[in-house]
Amino acid sequence: MSWKISALKKSPWVFHVNTGACNNCDIEIVNLLTPKFDVERFGIKLVGSPRHADALLVTGVVTQQAAPRLQEVYRQTAKPCVVFVIGACACDKGIFTTGYHVVGPVDKIIKEVDPNAIIAYVPGCPPKPEAIISGVVKALSTL
Amino acid sequence: MDTPLNILFWIAVIPVTIALGLCATWIVRKVSALVQWRVGPPLLQPCYDVMKLLGKEILIPEQAHQGVFTAAPVIGFASVLLLSIMFWRIGVTQKAFAGDIIVAIYLMVLPSLALIMGGSASGSPHASLGTSREMKLVMAYELPLILAFIVVIIKSGGVLQLSRIAGLEHAPVLSISGALAFLVSLMCIQAKLGYIPFDMAEAETELASGILMEYSGALLAVWKLMQATMLVALPMFLVTVFLGGFGPNLNGWLIGLGMYVLVLVLIILIKNTNPRVRIDQAMKFFWVYCFLILAIAVSLAIIGNTFKIYWL
Repeated sequence: MSWKISALKKSPWVFHVNTGACNNCDIEIVNLLTPKFDVERFGIKLVGSPRHADALLVTGVVTQQAAPRLQEVYRQTAKPCVVFVIGACACDKGIFTTGYHVVGPVDKIIKEVDPNAIIAYVPGCPPKPEAIISGVVKALSTL
Repeated sequence: MDTPLNILFWIAVIPVTIALGLCATWIVRKVSALVQWRVGPPLLQPCYDVMKLLGKEILIPEQAHQGVFTAAPVIGFASVLLLSIMFWRIGVTQKAFAGDIIVAIYLMVLPSLALIMGGSASGSPHASLGTSREMKLVMAYELPLILAFIVVIIKSGGVLQLSRIAGLEHAPVLSISGALAFLVSLMCIQAKLGYIPFDMAEAETELASGILMEYSGALLAVWKLMQATMLVALPMFLVTVFLGGFGPNLNGWLIGLGMYVLVLVLIILIKNTNPRVRIDQAMKFFWVYCFLILAIAVSLAIIGNTFKIYWL
């Protein structure tokens, strides 16, 4: 394993992208930073700019407005990076499958930009914080 | 000059400074976590962060001025390293040149200027907003900081040499004017480090890390290293100027180290118990309140120095 990947596993900085979520998954993500879960123990930090990020936490069905923005954010992220798809809507559109404004699950939109993107799925409505931590650990262990 | 100890000093000074800076960064994060009832990151976390950033892709925006954009972090880091080398040299060998306090003041402005250069070269609206705030902040805190040094210079009888200020018979902080100047310069150091309550240039929640927004990969790693070494240089500066400095023998060094940790913990506690202020509030704080306090301190110092009353 190269030193780059091993250092990346020790300090994954995450950037939070909301592509039309109902705010429920976002609350659970913010919950991860609270004293109860404290993901800074593992070096995970929420950063303000996609240029600093190693992982994108994407929540929400991708709406028509949000799709080009999501692609732009993915392009701006410094590679190597991982995309975490958080919540049932982001994984498979959830209850909004037939919505007229929904252009597809997150992985489809990301793969239009980069077919080889590393994508991890954390389903749930909303996923528990424990489930998000477990998803992040599993995804990083496959790198 | 070419004794083995001297050669060892020049070999070790930069790695030791960087290692201490990363350690101080860990202390900042760990103490902040403990204040918030969290566990906090492991000891090697800052090293992992820097290693990871060194291995990542460097993105340079199309609108950015490439030369300035890449040179700015290097200039900032180099100036902070130079500053800390000056203080190590005063602490270890007790040698300094006349007027080095002026050089130190100039070197302390350079990191902020490098941040302004880098931010304005990155061609991003968020970064330019952060740049304008940083510029206003620099203008706000530079005057009180220099006035605080003037208090010390008056108390030392017009000496412009850091090693002689550090070796003063009465440490400046043990007098009323010196204590006032120390408090104000602590706030200025807080603003120089870009810590809450004066982190409006980097403001992660509103400006999306402001000045550093467009930096990624190795260039961001250099910025992080610069901020880490500033955590060594600036509290060391306060210890050298106000608290009596690092002594010539081992005992004096231990006392100096204790005071360094004390200053660092004070900075962290201020950081963790305050909200972010607006830029106009910060300017009012530095220009009105700090300036008034220092005007009193300067006059007290002049009176004390004329009539040989050392506690004034």
